[in-house]
Amino acid sequence: MTVTTDQEHRARPAGGSGSRKLLDTVLKVRELAIGAVLVVMLLATQLDNSDFLSQQGIKDLLLNATILVLVAVGQAMVVITRNVDLSVGSTLGISAFAAGDYLSGGGNPLVAVVLAVLLGAALGAVNGLLVSLGRVPALVVTLGTLYIIRGLDSVWVGSRQITASQLPSGFAGFGHDGLSVIPYLALLTAAVLVCVAYYLRAYRGGRDLYALGSNPEAARLAGVPVRRRILTAYVVCGALAGLAGALYLARFGNVDSGTGTGYELTVVSAVVVGGVAFTGGSGTVYGAALGALLLTSINSVLPSIGVSSVWVQAIDGFLLLLAIAVDRVVALRVADLLRKRAAETRSARHA
Amino acid sequence: MSLGNSTVRRVTAVTAATAVMALGIAACGGTTKNSVAKSTPTAGNTASANPNAATRKGLTIAYLPKQVNNPYFTTSDNGGKKAVEALGEKYKEVGTSSGTDTAGQVSYVNSLTQQRVSAIAVSAQDPGALCTGLNQARKSGIKVVTYDSDTNPGCRDVAISQASSVDLGRTEVQLMAQQIGDKGQIAILSAAQTATNQNTWIGYMKDELKKPQYKNVKLVKIAYGNDDAQQSFQQTQGLLQQYPNLKGIISPTTVGIKAAAQYLSGSKYKGKVKLTGLGQPNDMRSYVANGTVQAFELWDPAKLGALAGYAAIALASGQISGAPGQTFTAGDMGKYTIGANSVVVLGKPTVFNKSNIANFHF
Amino acid sequence: MPDTTVKPPAAPATGSRRPGPRLSGAIRWDTAVGTLLVVLLICSFSFVDNFGNALNISFLIGNALPVALIALPMTALVVAGEIDLSVGSTAGLSGAVMGALWNDGLAIQVIIPLCVLLGVVCGLINGLLVTRLGLPSLAVTIGTMAAFRGVAQIVLGSNSVTDFPQQYLDFGSGRIGGTFIPDAAVPWAVLALVAVLVLHATPVGRSLFAVGASQQAARFAGIRVKRLKLSMFVATGTVSALTGVFWALHYASARYDNATGLELSVIAGVLLGGVDFDGGKGTLGGAIAGVFLLGALQNVMSLVNVSAQSQIVVTGALLVISVLAPRVGRQVAQARARRNAAEDPPPAAPPPS
Repeated sequence: MTVTTDQEHRARPAGGSGSRKLLDTVLKVRELAIGAVLVVMLLATQLDNSDFLSQQGIKDLLLNATILVLVAVGQAMVVITRNVDLSVGSTLGISAFAAGDYLSGGGNPLVAVVLAVLLGAALGAVNGLLVSLGRVPALVVTLGTLYIIRGLDSVWVGSRQITASQLPSGFAGFGHDGLSVIPYLALLTAAVLVCVAYYLRAYRGGRDLYALGSNPEAARLAGVPVRRRILTAYVVCGALAGLAGALYLARFGNVDSGTGTGYELTVVSAVVVGGVAFTGGSGTVYGAALGALLLTSINSVLPSIGVSSVWVQAIDGFLLLLAIAVDRVVALRVADLLRKRAAETRSARHA
Repeated sequence: MSLGNSTVRRVTAVTAATAVMALGIAACGGTTKNSVAKSTPTAGNTASANPNAATRKGLTIAYLPKQVNNPYFTTSDNGGKKAVEALGEKYKEVGTSSGTDTAGQVSYVNSLTQQRVSAIAVSAQDPGALCTGLNQARKSGIKVVTYDSDTNPGCRDVAISQASSVDLGRTEVQLMAQQIGDKGQIAILSAAQTATNQNTWIGYMKDELKKPQYKNVKLVKIAYGNDDAQQSFQQTQGLLQQYPNLKGIISPTTVGIKAAAQYLSGSKYKGKVKLTGLGQPNDMRSYVANGTVQAFELWDPAKLGALAGYAAIALASGQISGAPGQTFTAGDMGKYTIGANSVVVLGKPTVFNKSNIANFHF
Repeated sequence: MPDTTVKPPAAPATGSRRPGPRLSGAIRWDTAVGTLLVVLLICSFSFVDNFGNALNISFLIGNALPVALIALPMTALVVAGEIDLSVGSTAGLSGAVMGALWNDGLAIQVIIPLCVLLGVVCGLINGLLVTRLGLPSLAVTIGTMAAFRGVAQIVLGSNSVTDFPQQYLDFGSGRIGGTFIPDAAVPWAVLALVAVLVLHATPVGRSLFAVGASQQAARFAGIRVKRLKLSMFVATGTVSALTGVFWALHYASARYDNATGLELSVIAGVLLGGVDFDGGKGTLGGAIAGVFLLGALQNVMSLVNVSAQSQIVVTGALLVISVLAPRVGRQVAQARARRNAAEDPPPAAPPPS
C-alpha cells in the first residue's frame, strides 16, 4: 500500500500549480494504475503461455469483458450518485429471456435488442422511483427488487429455456464474430462507454450526478433536480443491464430462469475496483470499465496459467479489499497534502 | 496503522486464553474422527415385503428435485408425473429454485413430512445434509426414493441410478477415444467440485483410461465450471489456452457441455477440438448440426423420473422393502431388480449423433 | 408458540430514548411486525393443516435459528450505522475449517473453540478495515464476503464432511423431549436475552444508538466510536462463526458453500423488524420478530404449496414495504403537520376554550 502512495507523491508535478491539478493527476493515476496492473498481468501470462494473446485469445478477453463492462458502466452512474443498484443481475436475466422469447417466435433481432433495453429501462425506472420518491436506502430497495424481479422471472419462465437452436443464426453469429480481432459486441460496448463518459463529463446532467454524490444537501440547495437526476441514473443503469441481457443471449445462446443470478456482486466489485467510490461523487466510467476488464481477465488468466478455479473467488475478494484500501490511503494522503498546502499559502499571505 | 489500542490488546488476550483452553482440552483427549469411526453403526435393510401385495390407491408421491425450473429435472419429473398419475395416484413437485440451497431442500423435506405424503422421490443436493430430515420422514412412515443424485445409503429406502456410474464413466471415454483416434491430450469440464455424481464418473473415466488401448490418451486437467454458463465458458477458454494441443473435452454435465459447445462453435477450434459428454438433445441439436459435436450421450430423464415413481409406489404398497434381490414392475418399462446397496439401475445410456438426434425431444 | 418469539412486542418499552414523533413511528412499526407474527401464527394454527404440531414448530424454529442468531449482533451493528455482508461467508468458512480439522483428526472440543476464534479474526479484519482506514463497511464486507468464501473453498475444496459425533449432531437437530423447542434454541434464548439487555438497558447500547444517530455528536459526547464499532464487528464475526458450527451440525454436513446467501435473510429480517438502515433507530425485539415472521411465512407457504419462486417475490416485496412504509407514513405525517402549522400559526398556543 505504502509503495503505491510513494509513487503517487513522486508522480505529482514538483511545483504543483494548484489543488485541482493535483486532484486531476491523482484521479488519472488511479485509472492508469489499473491499466498498468492489467497490462502487466496480461504480459506476464503471455510470457508463461505464448498462446494467451493469440488472435483467438484477445478476442475471448474482449468478449468476456463486454457484458460486465456494460453493466458496470450503468452501475457506475448510480454509484456516483451515492446509491447502488443490486437488481442488475435479475434485470439482465429477465431481459435476456424476453429477447430470446421474442426471437424464438421468429422476431427481428434488432427489435429484440430494443425490447430488452426497454424492459431494462422500465425496471430501472421502478428502482429509481422507489429510491428518489420514497427516499429509502438504495441498498435495501434494490435488494428487494432483486428478489422480486428474479421471482417474477422464475414464475414467468418456469422451466423453459432458450437454446442456440431457437435463435436466428445471424444473431448468434453477432455474438462471436467481429472485425478481425475486435468482436462486434466489443465495438458496441465501446460506443456506449464513450457516450456515457461524454455525457458525464460535458453535460450539465452528468456533472449534476457528481454534485449529488459529493453532497446531496448542497446539490439540492444549488438547484440540482435531485429526483430527476437519480431517476435518470437508474433508468440508464437498467437500460444497460437490459442491453447486456440481449448481448448475453447472443454470446451464450442459452438463457433460463437462473441467468444472471449473483451477477450484482461481480458488477459492484468491478465498479469499486475501477475507482468509483461507494461514498459517491468520484470515479469515472472508464475506471469502471477497466475494473470490469481486469476482473474478467483474471478469470481468464488463472485457468490459462493452470491455477485451479478454486482460487478465483478468494483472489477477487482480496483484490477488491486492496483496491478500496489503496484508494482510501491515497485519498487521505492527498487531503493531508492539500491541507498543508493551503496552510502554507495562508501563512505566506499573512507574512 | 497503529494498533496500540486497549481493545485490540484485550481481544488478543481473550484469543490467547481461548487457544490455551482449547489446547488444554486437546491434551485431556476429546472426541475425534477416529474415536467416532469405531462406534458408528452400519445401516442394513433386511425388512421383508410381500411382492404380491396389491398396489395401494390414494397415495401421494412428492418429487423434490435438486432444483425446480431446471429443464432436466422438469423432464424427469414430468416422466414421473405421467407414471404416477397413470396408476391413479397423486403427484406433486416442490423444490428450491437454486441448485445449492441445501438448507432450503431440508426444509422442503420437513414440510413434506408434515404434509404426510406417502413417498418422497428426491434428488439430493448433498449426500449427508438431508439425512436427518429424511430419516425423520421415514420414521413417520414415509418411503424415500432417491433419483439422479443419491444420499448416504442409510437415509433412503431405494436409489434409482440413471445408469451405472461404471458404464457412464467408461462409455464417455470410449466416445472420446473414437473421435480423437485413441491419441492426444484430453481434459474434463465438470460441474462443482462437490458434485457427487461428477466425481464418481470422473473416477471411472480415470480408471478406464488406464487400459492399454488408451496409452496415448492423456488426461491433462479437470476444470470446474460450477454448472454456470459463463464460468464453464471461461474454463473452456482457459483449457484451450493452457493446452494448445488439446484434442478433446469431456463434459459430464448438461450445463457444461452446452457452454463448451457454444464457445467452440464460435471459435477457431470448432470441429478441431472434439467435445463429448452428457447432454440433452434439445440443447445440443444446433451444435451437432453445425459439426461442433459429433456424439454425446444421456439416459432418458423422463424414464428416470418414471422409474422413481414406480419404485416409490411399490415401496408404499409394501411390494418391496428395498432389500437387494427384490423385484418390482415399472409399468411398460418392465421388471426391475434391486441391486446391492438398494440401488436400481435404469439401463444403458443412449448415444446421440447426427443420424438419430432428430428422434429425441427432451 | 414459544415465549421467545411472543416477547418481542413487549420489548419496545425498554427504549430509553427521548420520545418524539420519529421514535413513535419506529415503535409502532416493530410492534406491528410483532403483532403480525402473532396473527400469522394464530391463523396458521387454525387454518393450515399440519402446522400446529410440535414437530413442525420445531422445524420452523430450527430453520430460523441461524438467521436469528446472527440477527442479534447484526441489529446492534445496523443501529450503529454499519453493516456486515460477510456473515454468511464467515459461517461457511467456520464450517469448512471445522470439517477440515475434523478430517485431520482433531477433537471436536478443540475444533469448536478454534472456529469461534476464527470468527473473532474475521470480525477483526472487517472491523479494523472499517474503523482504522475509515472505509465504508458495505464495500469492505462485500470484499470479505468473497474473500472468506474463497478461503473456505481453498480449505475444504470438494469435500463434504458428515461424520461428526452423534451427540453433537443430535444437539444440532434434536429437540427437548417431545416439545416444540429445539435443543439449540435454549442457548439462543440466553444469547438473545443478553443482547436485549446490552442493547436496550446498558450504556453500551445507548452509545450504539448515539453513534448511529450522529457519529460526530457521539464522539463529542465522549463515546469511543471506533472502539465500539470494532467490538460490534468482532461480536458479529464470533456469532457468525458459531452459527457456522451450528449450521454444519444442524444439517450434518460441512461444505464450503454452507450458509450461502444467509446475509440476505439476516438483513431482510432485521430491516423488516423496523431497524433503520441509516442507523440510530430500531429494537432488537423488532428484529427478532422480523426474522421469525419471515421464517414462519416460509414454513406456512411451503405447507400450503406456494412455489419457491413465489416465495422469493413475497420476501422481496416485504423488504421493500418494510423500508418504504415507515418513511411514507412519516412523510405524510410531516406534510399534515406542516399543513396544520400553516393553518393555525401559533402551534404552541393552547386551544381556545
